[in-house]
Amino acid sequence: MDALASLADGFAVALTFQNLFLALVGCFLGTIIGALPGLGPSNGVAILIPLAFSLGLAPTPALILLTSVYYGAMYGGRISSILLNIPGDEPALMTTLDGYPMAKQGRAGEALALSGVASFVGAFFATWGLVFLAPLLVKVALLFGPAEYFALFVLAFATLGGISSTNQAKAALAAALGLGIAMIGVDGQTGVPRFAFGEVHLYDGIDFLVAIVGLFALSEVFIFLEHRGDGSGEGKDAKVGIGRITPSWSLLRSTAPAMARSTVLGFIAGVLPGAGASLGSFLAYTVEKQVSDKDKTFGKGDPRGVAAPEAGNNAAAGGALVPMLALGVPGSGTTAVLLAMLLALNITPGPLLFQQNPDVVWGLIAALFIGNFMLLAMNIPMVGLFARVLMIPPKFLMPIVAMISFVGIYGISGSTFDLLVMVIFGLLGWVLRKLDVPLVPVILGILLGNLMEANLRRAMTISDGDWTVLFTSPLAIILWTIAVVGFVLPILVGKRIKRRMHMSEEEPGGATTVD
Amino acid sequence: MGDRLFGGIGLLLAAFFIWQATQIQVSFISDPVGPKTFPIIIGLLLGISSLAVLLKPDPKPDWPALGRLVEIGIAVLVLVVYAYSLPVIGFVFATAIAAAFLSWRLGTSPLQAIVAGAATSVGIYVVFHLILGLSLAEGPLGI
Repeated sequence: MDALASLADGFAVALTFQNLFLALVGCFLGTIIGALPGLGPSNGVAILIPLAFSLGLAPTPALILLTSVYYGAMYGGRISSILLNIPGDEPALMTTLDGYPMAKQGRAGEALALSGVASFVGAFFATWGLVFLAPLLVKVALLFGPAEYFALFVLAFATLGGISSTNQAKAALAAALGLGIAMIGVDGQTGVPRFAFGEVHLYDGIDFLVAIVGLFALSEVFIFLEHRGDGSGEGKDAKVGIGRITPSWSLLRSTAPAMARSTVLGFIAGVLPGAGASLGSFLAYTVEKQVSDKDKTFGKGDPRGVAAPEAGNNAAAGGALVPMLALGVPGSGTTAVLLAMLLALNITPGPLLFQQNPDVVWGLIAALFIGNFMLLAMNIPMVGLFARVLMIPPKFLMPIVAMISFVGIYGISGSTFDLLVMVIFGLLGWVLRKLDVPLVPVILGILLGNLMEANLRRAMTISDGDWTVLFTSPLAIILWTIAVVGFVLPILVGKRIKRRMHMSEEEPGGATTVD
Repeated sequence: MGDRLFGGIGLLLAAFFIWQATQIQVSFISDPVGPKTFPIIIGLLLGISSLAVLLKPDPKPDWPALGRLVEIGIAVLVLVVYAYSLPVIGFVFATAIAAAFLSWRLGTSPLQAIVAGAATSVGIYVVFHLILGLSLAEGPLGI
């Protein structure tokens, strides 16, 4: 097995003192970020990228740190769901349904421990899925020429708004906005400035890190300013007793089938473009409810209703890394942010990454395994500590988030202009969120815009200006077909699914995280 | 502002974007596509999707009362002033003031806010500058 041999090499990379330490720090920070209402995986990772960048970490350690944060945040999201009935992030939404009732029955500790184990199971097997599926996908990706890549980018945009967006027009508008922003700056092929309006700072284009931190992190601060003090009173409810924090064997055994089913579903949801962890946990919960809710105990504190969404969303988090690493096309908001990290480090994900930097890929995957065990070990005994973090009210937390955003961006460039651009993006992010325009296509547009154009122009240069080249190879035709179906299908069925996802949402106030 | 206005702004933006794209100087060496075509495609996409939003708007979002909008406006202003003042008065002072202001506007009492602002600023300075060695803006006092 090639994959296993590469994985062994990966462990050799990951098992250095520095990398283990970074994984530990990342897991710890990630759990806290996930647990805090208002901070989720995407904005948490977004704030940390510029920091990791300005600290001058090498690509592999930086990636290990940030993916540990990503996995940790997926674990942490459940804590506030169970204790406060406020999802720490959107994927943890479904966990509130049975987790909070369990907590009210005095079984909070059990629910936390069980969800910790379920998170572990989901993430662990999804990482194995990543080990075997990613190299396969790479083999397919090696057949891609510029025309196929262009079609793949179109596919990514067409499906990204996907099932979680209610309005495809807005998803398309968001993508166009992002792509338009990417066009600012000097054209890479001919060297002419575009949309720079004579402003020297714009010649280099808009730094996507500045845009990401503004859109994800700073806009969160504005949301909280809008509902002043919202959620700050919620901390009082946290006095729910935690109780025993080890799950009994019988409980684990009775929830094992639920975890297994949910892991598979979540992984598939994660790999598919445009779905991400929110859909993973939603699918896992609904299916589990259909399969095993014979006594109508779901929604009233059924342990299986806690295990299923947690296994589902963590499996989806692992699955979402497959297209990101193998194709360079992220399937969710957070993987888009991780892609930004790679690009900032001058690493282009995709098939070439597996050939040219196998140490980065496999070191990262090995680190995910290690991080998973760390998270399990950390989450069960220390859950009380993390629960206490929830007591930090947003009125103290949000200024810290804002200030750290500034520190990170200033650390990269030391330029006031970038800070101003970040504030503008923060405001833009707030307005777009108010109007229910998804932010992820904007980010993806800024990230992939230049690559997409380069592939288009390369394809055209090869064909000497013949546009039909985009639709000639069978692979390209398949990609275009999926793109069209992926864009049209949600218009037909998406509203129903989205409505059902939000019908189960009881408190929309506290968490407005983007996944 | 509802979706109709938003779609209208999007249309104007698309028109402006396409117009600007046609103004791009083309140098004598160029590929078959050139630097103009892709931006024009994006402009068209922006225009079409804006039109769709304009014609088929979602229900209006509940915009906060004018007072809250002013609040956000002031916060933006404070952050802009903060960005400009960083290299002038240094990281620690600028951050303490900005963090205290945000904390106050998020509902802490003024005294608490000053303490929180100072703590945030010094905390970030210690962790990111002293421990992690990140370069922060320096003022006349060197901090």
